[in-house]
Amino acid sequence: MLNWKTKEKVIKNTLLFFAFSSILFLAGIIVVLFNEGAPIFAKVGIFKFMFTGDWYPTYDPAGFGIYNLLAASIVVTIGAMVFAVPFGVASAVYISYILPKRFKNIVKPTIEMLAGVPSVIYGLFGMKILSPYIKELFGLPTGLNALTAMIMLGIMALPTIVSLSEDAITAVPKSFRDASLALGGTRLETMVRVILPTASSGIVTAIILGMGRAIGETMTVLMVAGGASLFPSNILKPVRPMTATIAAEMGEAPVGSDHYQALFGIAIILFIITLIFNIFADMAQQRFKKKVSGE
Amino acid sequence: MSKINSFAVVMALLLVAVMSLGVMAEDSLVIQGSSTVLPIAQKAAEVYMEKNPGVNISVRGGGSGNGIAALIDGAVDIADSSRFIKEKEVNAAVKNGIFPVPHRIAMDGIAVVINPANSVEELSLEDLKNIYTGKVTNWKEFGGKDMEIVVVSRDSSSGTFEVFNDIALGGERLFQGALLQASNGAVAGVVADTEGAIGYVGLGYLSESLKAVKVNGVAPSNATVASGEFPIARPLFMFTDGWPEGLTAKFINFVLSKDGQKLVKDQGFVPLY
Repeated sequence: MLNWKTKEKVIKNTLLFFAFSSILFLAGIIVVLFNEGAPIFAKVGIFKFMFTGDWYPTYDPAGFGIYNLLAASIVVTIGAMVFAVPFGVASAVYISYILPKRFKNIVKPTIEMLAGVPSVIYGLFGMKILSPYIKELFGLPTGLNALTAMIMLGIMALPTIVSLSEDAITAVPKSFRDASLALGGTRLETMVRVILPTASSGIVTAIILGMGRAIGETMTVLMVAGGASLFPSNILKPVRPMTATIAAEMGEAPVGSDHYQALFGIAIILFIITLIFNIFADMAQQRFKKKVSGE
Repeated sequence: MSKINSFAVVMALLLVAVMSLGVMAEDSLVIQGSSTVLPIAQKAAEVYMEKNPGVNISVRGGGSGNGIAALIDGAVDIADSSRFIKEKEVNAAVKNGIFPVPHRIAMDGIAVVINPANSVEELSLEDLKNIYTGKVTNWKEFGGKDMEIVVVSRDSSSGTFEVFNDIALGGERLFQGALLQASNGAVAGVVADTEGAIGYVGLGYLSESLKAVKVNGVAPSNATVASGEFPIARPLFMFTDGWPEGLTAKFINFVLSKDGQKLVKDQGFVPLY
């Protein structure tokens, strides 16, 4: 039999392999994305690819400008945050400071369950319930538009924002609160002037990760955003975010064609945006840790 | 007990695999081409192989152009195509000693649909072009209500879009405000839910919740598509090298047989008879 030293080594190396496998997968994804998508940047020119608006990938001559799609993704994500941030942060404050503990243990897991609902169900809800209502409310020709997508993505980003903001607020040391109250601050003053500023970078992390969720969401926007490659100048008009474009067109784009490469090109842009989000979220997180550890 | 069982299962599977390997590759056929024809070729191949064990048919997509190019290179036995062969391709084939023969296997028709609440009954190809390029944006131009037209289209990489774009738009660029949907079902859903919508779907997707308009005065049906009266239609082809013989001939005959044409219909296309 193996002696304990060899056994130890085998176990150690096996664990090492598993530990690094995620990094391996990530590296694999990056290699594939750039391998398949980068040629289009050379063919079209990266500036023309990102900042012109005619997306006509199957025509002759073809148009590979993703500006409208990129703008749609950004506008819809910002709109989603306009809905999700006030609701999310207010819920987080309420749950962490006002709600009695025994209810908190019910409410928080319930909100987190929202994150587990499959996105196609959000899509169905948006398509069949919300969009007719929006259509009626504004007297529009169709309820499948940017606003409906914003609301749905806002709801989908809520659990991330609530849960992480609540963690951040709860992580503010009790001594901060006690000090503020001892100095004669009211509960509101304590919350607004002491707790929230301390938790702010943690809340920023929550918001950025919520944005990452919103910009990467595919099924819901494919179903509710309408799918018109218009510039999103009016949120009551249909739009077509980048993710929806990839999902709708990849199935029938001939492998290796310009269209195929352009879809991978969109994926590269999307990947870089979410990467930037994650870097910022991580930076804010580091700041927050320093703050609450009292440095 | 369970160990013995699973061992027996594995052995049995191995045995079957080895046996089928022996039978396989006796008689094989390679088909490549149009993604529109793919579901027909795929289904026909499955059924044919089920009926004739020992025959191996491999079917690939990749587009009409790729299929015909493969036929010219002698790499495939049958090329699926949603269009007729181009003169350039015929010349290239003859130079290689290949003589492409077209076999019309089905018709592909596309119905233009609107919401049942819309009173418009008929549109011309010219009207469709004006709607889909964004030149006309209100139903009152066509005798309907004063209501904005919600243009619904398939995403531009689909075969359905390709036909519609060729025939109705004459290759002109689609209006960017069109709602692009990823499937026939999604188009049908949006049109059924939206009063001002217009869309187009394969004939198989027509239902009570959609109203098919007459195009150039002809209502879409299997009969009008098969006869060529309905304007938004095209034949689908399988090309072979020379007049088919052997397995190739048997397979083409199967596709053209009553059973084969039933498969064509099941896949949402229009049978020849």
